[in-house]
Order: sequence, then C-alpha cells, then structure tokens
Amino acid sequence: MSDTASPATPPKQRAPAKRRGSVARIVRGALASRRGQVGLALTLLVVGIAFVGPFIPSRSPTEFSGVPYSLPGNGNGVLGTDALGRDVLARLLHGGWSLLLLAAISTVLAVLLGAIAGVVAAYRGRVTEMLIMRTVDIMLAIPQLVFVLLIVSVIGAKTWLVVVAVTLCQAPQVARVMYASAQDICERDFVKAVALWGVPPRKVIMRHIMPSLTTPLAVEGGLRLSFSIILIAGLNFLGFGTQPPNPSWGVMVNENRLGLATSYWGVLAPAIVLAILAVGTNVFADALARVAFGGEDGEEVPVATALELTKA
Amino acid sequence: MTDLPELATLARETAPPAREGLVVEGLTVVTEVRGTPVVEDISFRVAPGQVLGLVGESGSGKSTVGVALLGLARKGLRIAAGRVCIGGVDILELRGKDLQGARGRLVAYVPQDPASGLNPALRVGRQLREAIIIHGDSLENETVDQRVTQLMEEVGLPATDTFLNSYPHQMSGGQQQRVGIAMAFSCRPRVIVLDEPTTGLDVTTQRRVLETVRQMTVEHDVTSVYVSHDLAVVAQLADQTAVLYAGRLVEHAATEAIFRGARHPYAVGLLKAVPSSARSEILVGIEGRPPRPGRWPQGCSFAERCGSVQDECRDELPALRDLGNVQPHWVRCRFPEPPVSVDQAKQPVPVLSRDVDAVLVVRNLAARYGPLDVLRNVSFDVKAGRCTAVVGQSGSGKTTLARSLVGLHTDWTGDVELSGVKLSSDPQRRSKEHRRTLQYVFQNPYGSLDPRMTVRQNLEEPLRHFFGLSRSERDRKVNEILQTVALSTEYAERLPQQLSGGERQRVAVGRALIVDPEVMVCDEITSALDVSVQALLVEQLRQMQSDRGLSMVFITHNLAVVRSIAQDVVVLSDGVIVEHGPVDQVLDHPAHEYTQRLLADLPSTE
Repeated sequence: MSDTASPATPPKQRAPAKRRGSVARIVRGALASRRGQVGLALTLLVVGIAFVGPFIPSRSPTEFSGVPYSLPGNGNGVLGTDALGRDVLARLLHGGWSLLLLAAISTVLAVLLGAIAGVVAAYRGRVTEMLIMRTVDIMLAIPQLVFVLLIVSVIGAKTWLVVVAVTLCQAPQVARVMYASAQDICERDFVKAVALWGVPPRKVIMRHIMPSLTTPLAVEGGLRLSFSIILIAGLNFLGFGTQPPNPSWGVMVNENRLGLATSYWGVLAPAIVLAILAVGTNVFADALARVAFGGEDGEEVPVATALELTKA
Repeated sequence: MTDLPELATLARETAPPAREGLVVEGLTVVTEVRGTPVVEDISFRVAPGQVLGLVGESGSGKSTVGVALLGLARKGLRIAAGRVCIGGVDILELRGKDLQGARGRLVAYVPQDPASGLNPALRVGRQLREAIIIHGDSLENETVDQRVTQLMEEVGLPATDTFLNSYPHQMSGGQQQRVGIAMAFSCRPRVIVLDEPTTGLDVTTQRRVLETVRQMTVEHDVTSVYVSHDLAVVAQLADQTAVLYAGRLVEHAATEAIFRGARHPYAVGLLKAVPSSARSEILVGIEGRPPRPGRWPQGCSFAERCGSVQDECRDELPALRDLGNVQPHWVRCRFPEPPVSVDQAKQPVPVLSRDVDAVLVVRNLAARYGPLDVLRNVSFDVKAGRCTAVVGQSGSGKTTLARSLVGLHTDWTGDVELSGVKLSSDPQRRSKEHRRTLQYVFQNPYGSLDPRMTVRQNLEEPLRHFFGLSRSERDRKVNEILQTVALSTEYAERLPQQLSGGERQRVAVGRALIVDPEVMVCDEITSALDVSVQALLVEQLRQMQSDRGLSMVFITHNLAVVRSIAQDVVVLSDGVIVEHGPVDQVLDHPAHEYTQRLLADLPSTE
C-alpha cells in the first residue's frame, strides 16, 4: 500500500446488518402481518389442545361412561358421548398429540431428505441430477394417499411405517422446490469461486448453498406440515396409524360417522379442530411466503419503500 | 466535437418560441411515500438540432431525469414539481389522452436495453407501423410504408420485406438498437430521450449508433437528451454536457468547455479518472460514494469526497452559478477549480521492463462449446510481475480463454504451463498448489461474494481451505489484505450487500490475493464499475504489481484501460489472436486491420 492513499471507511449506518432472506427476518416479518398472526394463533390453539389436553383433568378417554350417542348435558360431558358411550371431550383432548407428533416428525424428515436430494441434484448435475429428479417425477405422478395406502397395506399398519410413508410422499415435493431454487444459487459466481479452490462438494453445499436456501426451505416446510397433518389424519380415519381404542382425531371421525345425525359432536369436534389446524398452518406458511418473496405476486419491494426503510 | 453549440440557445433568457427546443425548469422527483427528493431542481434548455449529454455515475438520478422528461416516474417515485416544456407545451401538465398523444409525437424514448424496448412476439415492421398509425397526423403526404422505408434508410438498415418481417431476436444488438431509434423518430417527435442506448454494444456498433443519433438529430431538427455514464461517448456526441451528482446538476456547459476545463471538483475528478487510449497515465479515482436520497447533507453533496473542501461548503447548498465569459458555464460550487485541462495534471505510468521470465505460458490453446470452435491456436506468455491484457469484442472468445485457464471451462486442448508445470484442463486433476497460485476474479462484483457471509468470512474461506490457519493468524491476514485493497477494518463485519459495487470488487480482488497467488486472471473486473471507482481499482492493481510482483491476465473490451494497466496485449477476434505484443507498440502502431478499427471506433474525451 502506498503511504498517501488512506483506506476507505464505510459510511456510518444506524441500522444493524439486515440479512435479506434469513429465517429470522421472514419469521419476524410474518409475525408482523395480520395474516401471520391469525395463522399462528389458530395453529397454537390446536397445538395447545393437543399437547396440554392430556394433562387437563377429564374422564378417561377409553372408559365407557354413558349411553352411546348422547348429546351434551345430562351428565354426558361437555360434548356428549361417542358410538361406544365414551366421553367425546376426553377423547378430543387425548387424541391430538400423537397425530401432531407424527406429522411433525415426518415433515422434518421429508424436508431434510427432499432438501438434500434437490440440492445435490442441482449441484452435481449430469447423471446424479437425472437419477434423482426422474425418481422424483415418478413419485410425484402417484397420488399421495394411494402411495401411502399401498405401502401401509403391503407391509402392515405400523406407526413407524406411517411416518416413513408420509415422509416418502412429501420428500419429492420438497426436492422439486429445492432443486429449482438451488439451480439458481449453484450458477452464482460465489459458488463457482469456492468450487474452483477445490473445496469438496459436501462443504460447498453446506457452507455456501444451503444458507442461501433457508427462505424457500422455511416456506416449503410450513406448507408440507399442513399437508402431513391432513394426510395422517386421513390415514387414521382409514384405520392406519393410531389403532382403536386409543383416541385420535382421525379415528374419532371414523368411529362416530354413523351417528352424525343423532350425536354430531363426535364427528364435528375432531373435524373442526383438524380444519382449524390445517387452515392455521397454511395461512402461516402463506404469510412466510409473502414476506420471503415480497408481496402478492412475488414483486420486488418498490424503490421508494426500500429508500424509506433505509432512512428510518 | 463536430461543431460548437449555438450561443444564443444556451443562454437562459427566453428564446423565441419557434427555436425553443426543450425547456426544463425546477424538475423535482420524490419518493411516493415520504416525499424524499431523489432528483432536485433540474433546469436546462436545449435547442433543436442539439444533443445534451446527461452524465452521472450510478445512482446520480440521470435515468430518473431522463424518464421524467416523458412525464414518467419509476414505481415508487413521483414527479413533485417543475416544468418540462416542448414547444410551449408542458408535458407534466398533460393528462390522459393528451399525454398519450404527446408521447411519441412530442417526446420519444430509446431504452438502454434494445431487446426490452421491442415486443419479442411482433415483427419489427409491424411495430414500426403501429406507432406511425396511432400518430397518423405525423405523416406528411406519404404513406405509412413510405415513412417506414425512409426511417430504415435513415438508421442504415435494409428496408426489405425480409428484414421488416423478422422478429427482434433474429437481429443483432446493434440492429435492435437502431430499430429502437427508428421507432423513436418514427412520428417525428421534437425531443428524444436516449437512456444509455449503447451500453451493451461493442465499440464499432456503438460508433454507428452514435453517428445515427447525431445525424437524425441534425436532419430532423430534434432535441436529443443522451443519458450516459460514459464520458467519452458524451464528449464525442453532445453539444452540451450536464453533470449530475446525487440528484442535482453540478455543472452544465458546452461540451468543449467541460472537457477542456471543468470547474466543479466532481467533474474534474471524473475526468481525471477516465483512462486515455493514447497515453499510459496514472488514474485518479474518487474515494467514497455519493449520499443516498434521504441522507443528503445540508451543504454541498460532494463535500464528503471533495479534495478542496472548505468549512463553508458544509453549511449551505451552493447555488448553480454562471461562471462563463462568453458562453454560460453553470457550476454548483463555491470554490470552483481553475478552468484548465486535466490532461496537464495527469502523470505517466512508470515503464516496467519487459525483459523478465514468463510465469504463464499458453501454447496452441483451442476451446470448444459443443460443436462450436470458440478459440483456435491461442499462444501467448504472461511475464512475471507484468500484466497481459486480452482484448476483443463480445463473442471474440476472451472470456472463454479466461475460464479455460482457471478451470471453469474444461473443453479445451493445448499446453498451458504455470511456473513450468503443465495445467490440466480438468480442474479436478489440478494440484492444490495450482489452484492456489492461479486465482480468478469474476466480472460481476454483485455475484462473486457469498451474500450470507460477512466480508471477513468471505476472505477467510480461501485461507481455511488452503492453509487452515489459527483464528488469530486468519484475522491478521484478513486485516492485512483489507489494507492492501484500501478498505478500513470496519468493513470486515459488513455483509456484501452493504457495500457498493466498487467496494465489493475490492473485496473480491482481496479474496483472490489473500492466498498469495502468482497469476491473477481478471475477467472484465472493472466493466460493472463507475469510472471513478474503476480508476481506484486499476491503481490498486498497479500497486500490487509493483509491491508483490503479481502477474495478471486482464480480460477487457476497454482499450483505454489496457493502456493504463497492461504491459503486453493480446487482441482476439473470432477466437484467433490477430495481434500480440507490447501495449505501446500495438496501440500506437496497430498492424492488423481489426485493431486499427477498434482504435478508430473508440470514443475519446480528447
């Protein structure tokens, strides 16, 4: 360095570093929006029922406590009794946690598996890309529920198998989204620069590609969660996963559907809770997406807004 | 400069209405939400048949002014005040149908990217006719087809059915841009706004487009406003030049007057930063960056970066004053520089001996893209501690050459030796030592740094990979390299997005330099930068050359930069070396016709 030239100093900035696209930023953004608040509130309501419910003192969910298909009141509990005369409220409070837990586990697994498959396909290209993405295409061609039913009915209705099956049918969707996002990142110069030094692919992906993909990953994860919930509840309804007499929202709908005309709460209560949950997670995922991709149709934030933000 | 501007029309007294071209007064554009000014109090007038060059660096607001002349503002912006009068009609007063009628008929626009200005789904003939039919009153005893034929002749394109029936993508960039110009002139408007129409074109095409603009302006007595960051282009084309800085006019005078004796320190600084294709000179850049809208200081916007700043400068915004003797010369500065040519202040570059050993030897390199031969029989040396420039127009294969050398392009044959050891075309087979000693700097500073890592982390990545040093060792090296590229250590904790383009490119150069390479391949590294920033970077590279004995392959399309930085030059055309030798020899006495043409087409500020 010559003695004469003094190094440039950056202009003072009041605002701390804002990382565009980081998970913390989009979650904060989503929570600031009405949409995100509503979504989160609905989700937390149902998650609360599911996980706090078993600790609320109530009748046993499996004990025959009254006349079947009784309406609420007359000592039949707040929500009446079900087809076998068990307390609907007790079953509702006890029947959520296993469903949510299974959905959460399979979503996490699906996101992990799908993200790895998609990013590896995008980064490696050639044969690897063809093998992974064509497999994804084939799996996407099979209807989800049919796919899961096939696996579960061939091997048997085991709980772990439900998780595996749901994971397998969600992962291709994640893989496709992550593949598309990663393709763009892999073409960026900073990835090429690192690869040129001879940094091994695993390290390039983990250190340089993945951090840029957190946004689509978070949005896709939220979306997959709501689909997993619906899928597992559907499987429960069809008799896979949680087995009677154990309570589960999906099982409850199936058990009580014959009495819908006389004691509708046995079907309606779990159905409402499931619907609230599905809508809640979906709306929250949508709020995340809107923050992450900016506005209704993925538009860039207008110049003026950006300018005003820097000013504040 | 062909002819001197008419004195009378430059004066700010009211000119007779018939000769009144474009009159802009107090034009102010603000943000929609808070009303923060982005462009403030722009006033100028240009006579018919004249070209005004509107010069400024990125973010100066020159394009905002350009589109405001059509009564438009980008999304999020709004024209808050001012008048834009064309023949007595204030464009900003017009609404609805009147405004639609005025656009195209009174004022027309040629965008920067010719491809985006044309509809890709329509044949060009139809697009040309469409505008003429809408503004049918512009026809003078002629049919639409006659007008189209005439326009095509004027812009130097064939008026054949084959050409008019082609789609925009079937034409070259230069042809597209000339169609764009024909469209702008199609309804015989009074004012044409050209927004950097030659930025993406190579020098030969650029010269033809500029000639077309010049000729059409004079022939049709139109007022042209040419928005550009390229001082050399403006020097060649414009009658008057207006320099914008941070949304305000800082200097406005006859082009000759500005390029021979700029008065505002910023304009002087810009001229000192422009490399000359005729002489090898030390370039002087301008450190820092202009204040952003909303952060404009109370006093002079340039005070922060000005070399001759006084205390008064920061107190109050200087007014635009006329300092001209004969012709008006508007300057927004309290302490203007003396009106002398900056050429006298420029210093020659010390001559480096070429009598040194070669560090990188390229022999018979041939590269392909599938069935396409991109490079054939390319042989040259890079001498130790020297810089070899590779110049050529787009499509000449210069970038493929750079990418082949560093291993980004693998489909090539030939011998490349780095310090006596052969380099494999397959980057996987190169030794770690080779990967370290041959470093590459990308063209685009906005994509080459990891956006999720701070400057420090970005600089540490190659250190971790190649040396695996301890934390304190890495910190020491990072601080050292930041100093080398003239950035203070405060930058270390910044993210790339908080840096300007020039600062990012310095970090990218630092990242290549931190592993102590022998040869650095720079691919058009200054082409995305403003001229004042380019000058800083070029001087830093020169410093590294002398301090560290760094050898460079400098890929560029800019012959003037070649003169400033390189000792040897390789001229590529269609994948073949057409000329090769010491810079002074090749540029002073070009032997090949292609080099001669490149030099002749090069715009110059002189």
